[in-house]
Amino acid sequence: MDATPQKLPSNPIPRILAEKETKIVARDVNVYYGDKHAIKHLSIDIPDRAVSAFIGPSGCGKSTFLRCINRMNDTIPSARVTGQILVDGKDIHDRDLDVVQLRARVGMVFQKPNPFPKSIFENIAYGPRIHGIAKSKADLEEIVVNSLKKAGLFEEVKDRLSHSGTSLSGGQQQRLCIARAIAVNPEIILMDEPCSALDPIASARIEELIDEIRQNYCIIIVTHSMQQAARVSQLTAFFHLGDLVEIGDTEDMFTAPKNKRTQDYITGRFG
Amino acid sequence: MTDFSKKLDPALVAKRYASERRFRAYGAVALAISVLFLVYLIVDIAVKAWPSFFEHHIVLKVELDPARIDPAQVQKGDFNGIIKDGLRAAFPNVTTRADSKKLMAQLSTGTGDDLRILTVANPAMIGTTVNASALLSDDADLYFKGMHAPTLKTPGQTNLQIAKDGENYLFTGDLSQLVAGQIVRANGGAFRITSMEPGGAKAEVLLTPDTLNSLVAGNWDILSFAAIEVDRRIDDRAVVLLEAMRDKGIVEKHFSWRFFSSGDSREPELAGLRGAITGSLLTVVMTLLLSLPLGIAAAIYLEEFAPKNNWTQFIEVNINNLAAVPSIIFGLLGLAVFIGFFGLPRSVPLVGGLVLALLVLPTIIIASRAALNAVPPSIKEAALGVGASHLQAIFHHVLPLAVPGILTGTILGVARALGETAPLLMIGMVAFIVDVPNGFRDAATVLPVQIYLWSDLPEIAFQSRTAAAIIVLLVVLFCLNAIAIYLRKRFERRW
Amino acid sequence: MPDHTVTAYDDELASLKQMVAQMGGLAEEQLARAIDAIAKRDVRLADAVIAGDERIDELERQIEEKAIVTIAKRQPMAQDLRQIIVTIRIASDLERIGDLAKNTAKRTHAISGEMPRKLVTGLTRMGKLAQEQLKDVLDAYAQGNAEKAMQVWRSDEDIDALYNSIFRELLTYMMEDPRMIGPCAHLLFGTKNMERIGDHTTNIAENIYFLVHGKMITEERPKKDSTSTTNFPNK
Repeated sequence: MDATPQKLPSNPIPRILAEKETKIVARDVNVYYGDKHAIKHLSIDIPDRAVSAFIGPSGCGKSTFLRCINRMNDTIPSARVTGQILVDGKDIHDRDLDVVQLRARVGMVFQKPNPFPKSIFENIAYGPRIHGIAKSKADLEEIVVNSLKKAGLFEEVKDRLSHSGTSLSGGQQQRLCIARAIAVNPEIILMDEPCSALDPIASARIEELIDEIRQNYCIIIVTHSMQQAARVSQLTAFFHLGDLVEIGDTEDMFTAPKNKRTQDYITGRFG
Repeated sequence: MTDFSKKLDPALVAKRYASERRFRAYGAVALAISVLFLVYLIVDIAVKAWPSFFEHHIVLKVELDPARIDPAQVQKGDFNGIIKDGLRAAFPNVTTRADSKKLMAQLSTGTGDDLRILTVANPAMIGTTVNASALLSDDADLYFKGMHAPTLKTPGQTNLQIAKDGENYLFTGDLSQLVAGQIVRANGGAFRITSMEPGGAKAEVLLTPDTLNSLVAGNWDILSFAAIEVDRRIDDRAVVLLEAMRDKGIVEKHFSWRFFSSGDSREPELAGLRGAITGSLLTVVMTLLLSLPLGIAAAIYLEEFAPKNNWTQFIEVNINNLAAVPSIIFGLLGLAVFIGFFGLPRSVPLVGGLVLALLVLPTIIIASRAALNAVPPSIKEAALGVGASHLQAIFHHVLPLAVPGILTGTILGVARALGETAPLLMIGMVAFIVDVPNGFRDAATVLPVQIYLWSDLPEIAFQSRTAAAIIVLLVVLFCLNAIAIYLRKRFERRW
Repeated sequence: MPDHTVTAYDDELASLKQMVAQMGGLAEEQLARAIDAIAKRDVRLADAVIAGDERIDELERQIEEKAIVTIAKRQPMAQDLRQIIVTIRIASDLERIGDLAKNTAKRTHAISGEMPRKLVTGLTRMGKLAQEQLKDVLDAYAQGNAEKAMQVWRSDEDIDALYNSIFRELLTYMMEDPRMIGPCAHLLFGTKNMERIGDHTTNIAENIYFLVHGKMITEERPKKDSTSTTNFPNK
């Protein structure tokens, strides 16, 4: 398979892509749900060790594309994906690439906090356990504690690791989900509107967390809050009706977007 | 301030409230009527069933004669004979063959069973004289339970003379209390007044008296009946004997453990539910063993793995249809396939379980699918998101959350299977089986079929047994439902 | 450009723009009257100008308040964000222009009566030029015309050049007749004020460019003002 990325169509190339290594390369990706053409000829580069934000009105395909990256769309029978998505130069649709391995490398945080209805410990231990990451019980405990610390949740829950994950507040649950994703050592973390169900304070803590961990992961966040995208991300991509309309450095995108559709969307003129 | 009343037509408002009140009233009435029916049904059955949980014995002094019990084979000892001897000894004035036969008829045909069990457990008793508790026959039992035409006892308030008059007897003196057809009990004997004549009351003897002394007021009494003898299940002689037993104070009332510990019998007082309960248990175990894994596996496959095409659509529709197929069709199917084709034995819990498994399989599949479907997809996504395989996501996360729903569905399905009669009739589980089954391949019957069988029998005592069996079945079903509710509450999780 | 989904937002932006236009009009008027006052040495007109500055300051305060409230309420992005920021900046420039006009008018008192008419023409010429610049840049703002704003930006050169020549001229007078040093110094400050007004118009022009194009002007503005490096010519 020819893994050489073609040139990214957007011009000029965002500065962040020049600064950082490119983690994900998508070329001519199309997604169909039955007859619906959800993503049209999408090509994009995503930088490593940075936060990329996907914005756009509902139904624009941003979540759909996000779910292509860990092949979550495989679970939808009517979904069909064409084109190339390369992670570290390796096509994720390759026959010899196992989807379970892919998902271990590409963690995901969902719109609604969805901890397993088990203990906080079990929530985080589950991933390392099924992947055989922890060699011993002590290893496992260390992973759990470290993940909770990275997610900034450890201090709040250290006395009640055996309590149910669902007993936490919404914001804590979402951080638990992030800790759960971190626990399997992913390289990429996908976040599908992680703050949409949270109050502003809880959202702020998640943003703070994203900011803290972004040096170690390739993070992609789908969000409806332009301010959030502006605050947490370095690269912003605007999707509309299945097209990638504009991609650029976040600081440019929110002060002087080039495309009129982008401008209209982020200034609240449609959508 | 806004005056709301001006904006709305008060008549319309009143009408709306009235219609709401009316609707509530309809609901309350409907509820009351159904509660009434239910309460009536249950009370009626319970009242009918109540006597069956008790039985009457007489306590007799008997000698465990080693000649009649071989200590090497206690089991085979003639305990009925021993009891009968004891009874004869207790009623020395029963002399004629006919009377003696009548007396023995008051004992159950299994009257020696209790003594047998006692002796087997304690062989040292052989050779001693013991007080044995002997089970009475169904009619005697019913008489003591007051379920026959009532017998009225009137104390004798006059003085009478009694004299032998050929075969019969003649009462003279103040005959004001006597009426033809009544029984006069005096001097340890009993006489039936055959006719009132100018010379005195003619009477025939029912129980030979000890003496023929004059009767003093208070020393004798009169038994009279609301119905004439031919209309009664129990004749005058039997009444006299039973009343004599009662007067001797040897009749005892016990809780009838026998009802739960013995198998079926032609004799109502001996008939029990153990066979049916065991049969039901074996059948249900068989049903569960087959239908639970199959049903859950089918549900998981259909819900999670099956491609959505015309074939799976067709299968789904047919599963739903199967749930609505009359149960007797499953019986026919079982008869044709399991007994006819595979040559399995008739009347056994194995085949019953197979048939009932087919019957409840659609229910379990539908309930399990609904339970699996009710688990929020976010849980599965979360598991997939950390890299669990599809199967791991289902078995580690989705299935545990669906368990309460699956269990509820299963228990309701099993409750249905437990109450099912028709398909079992078709595969021969309707036979009269005395022995308690010991395995899946022993002939057996089940509770509802037992009810059906008993309801068909002519003995009056079986009516009560039938009601009691219904109560047992209802209690079992209530228990199953209670377990279903408990499991649901216990494992139900919020997410 | 289509309207915002929230129409009140459009109203707020329009009202801000209208307030800036009003402020611009006032500043223009103040400048014109100040020049008039000093040219005619009309003290009463000068006092009117001084009093009129209050109105401009008041408008600037209002614009700032409204802009802050709008930012807090709407969290503007892109074009809208630039527009509000630019509004604040232009208001601040106009306020400074108003101050400079007031300052110039004040000097009417100091030079009244004792001044050859000829000396004042330099200042009035500068004033007319600055006035034109201001008018053009306000037009450019009203039309959202970055091109026109850039013309203003470039032609500031002319004011600078004129300022240089007036500066030298006044220096010469002062050297010739020490009694003229007082009024000439006032005139020098007045001329400097005009030059500064010109600079503020270029600021406004730069803001208009940023408003339209979303980026700052990176090229260096052509400057002809060399007075800060000019020595007194030795006698």
